[in-house]
Amino acid sequence: MYAQMVKSEAADDSAEAKAFQARIDAGEKIEPKDWMPAGYRKTLIRQMGQHAHSEIVGQLPEGNWITRAPTLERKAILLAKVQDEAGHGLYLYCAAETLGVSRDELTEMLLDGRMKYSSIFNYPTLTWADMGAVGWLVDGAAIMNQVPLQRTSFGPYSRAMIRICKEESFHQRQGYDIMMKMAAGTEAQKKMAQDALNRLWFPSLMMFGPSDKDSVHSTQSMAWKIKMNTNDELRQKFVDQTVPQAEYLGLTVPDKDLKWNDEKGGYDFTEPDWDEFFDVLKGNGPCNTERLAARNKAWDDGKWVRDGLLAHAEKRSIRKVAAQ
Amino acid sequence: MTHTAAYFEFLCRMGDNTLVLGHRVSEWCGHAPVLEEDIALANTALDLIGQTQMWLGLAGEVEGKNRDADKLAMLRDVWDFRNCLLVEQPNGDFGQTMMRQFLFDVWHLAMLTELKNSSEQRVADIAAKAIKEVMYHVERSGETVIGLGDGTSESHARMQKALDLLWPYVGELFIPDAVDIAMAEAGIAPDLGKLRDTFDAQVGDVLAAATLTIPDGNFAHKGGRSGTQHSEHLGHLLTQMQWLQRAYPGATW
Repeated sequence: MYAQMVKSEAADDSAEAKAFQARIDAGEKIEPKDWMPAGYRKTLIRQMGQHAHSEIVGQLPEGNWITRAPTLERKAILLAKVQDEAGHGLYLYCAAETLGVSRDELTEMLLDGRMKYSSIFNYPTLTWADMGAVGWLVDGAAIMNQVPLQRTSFGPYSRAMIRICKEESFHQRQGYDIMMKMAAGTEAQKKMAQDALNRLWFPSLMMFGPSDKDSVHSTQSMAWKIKMNTNDELRQKFVDQTVPQAEYLGLTVPDKDLKWNDEKGGYDFTEPDWDEFFDVLKGNGPCNTERLAARNKAWDDGKWVRDGLLAHAEKRSIRKVAAQ
Repeated sequence: MTHTAAYFEFLCRMGDNTLVLGHRVSEWCGHAPVLEEDIALANTALDLIGQTQMWLGLAGEVEGKNRDADKLAMLRDVWDFRNCLLVEQPNGDFGQTMMRQFLFDVWHLAMLTELKNSSEQRVADIAAKAIKEVMYHVERSGETVIGLGDGTSESHARMQKALDLLWPYVGELFIPDAVDIAMAEAGIAPDLGKLRDTFDAQVGDVLAAATLTIPDGNFAHKGGRSGTQHSEHLGHLLTQMQWLQRAYPGATW
């Protein structure tokens, strides 16, 4: 899930708000020009903004390996994937703009730390196997959340999700393909693959956000159909799907208490270390400083480019008017 | 030099240009001035890497020594690379990257336009495929050079500086050697010198619209296309690009 701990605003009990809720309950889509409660708008901006920022910051851990990709084909696939992520960021910023917030405003809130991005992108990518594990686990976890979000109540968000999901499932397959090559490769490659799973397993579980009992923001968001499932439901689904995939690869999930529970029809598993999760959200993850510094540097270094292109566009429109 | 050896050299020149420039452009990933540029740079890099697979794939076949495109890209050392010096120059700021791209794109388009009529059908086929992408590259890099040259005083100054820095690397693209002469005689590739007029006209138009001044003098750095003297930058690029293949020989990825 690329949106974690999104603070939900409270609903009001006006007649308009009740009619609005009735539309959502009837499965109607809310479009940008429709009336909506201020809280719905604010919560969506937070969630879509955080999602967009995650796509943008998410370019960095994978971009880290583009220049070291082992073959031309792998390089091309990785480039295409990171390009897709930038594209997802663009759809999501555009969808958020329909709610009355500009991309530049959202960007500034990311850069000065007022808005967050998914905790997962604060972990480093240390070997080529991480390109496989990120696709398999991180995109896999993102899809768990994003598939139901295709049915979210806000039209532009729902439509963005439909496009994004198509590409994400392709990314996940590519990631798994890298893992298969590594797991069937040399001893060193197998070691890389297991090491990537060891490091990224629990951070992937954290992507769904804290346990339902500690998740204070869910109820209203679920009533508004901004959030479609609880954190624990999605996490369980992810574990149930992923464990057999790890077994197929011949890799060991780094959880000694993992075991199938016949009664619930799913795995019992160890929760991630939530203290670590909250530390990462506070800025103390292994790569928080580098990730934000990289985004700030790109933005600051790019100022002259944005100013230059804008100045040229203005000159051109003045010349066009003068010529008429 | 045998015909096969010259043909192999020519194909390496085409493929190494796109490989090294594609690599350089890919270094921008996630760090561009605006999101649209991130997407466009990744797209350009992707096109160039795709073209590399075709050129070096054919080079490997022509050589007949069991080297495919990956082996050629990942397991040759600096002296065996045949790219022009221009494309191995570091990215610098965004302006320098786009100026390098523009100068290369204009040459590339002129070259591919001629190669479409190559006597070697496989060369003509690759050129016909690549040209569609390169027409878009030149349009985009040209527009960016104009926008930034004719933008603010700062963007103008940066673009002029980039042009001054990179102009001495242009000449090498047009100086024919024995390989080029052999290729021209076989009808595989054009007379390089003939491309210069097309290049000068197109570059002149764009740079004029960009209010930029072409530096005086015809000095041209040489040694990339022949492999006799690359810049120091190429070795560092290869240490990244080739690292996994060198560190884990024989592994499949």
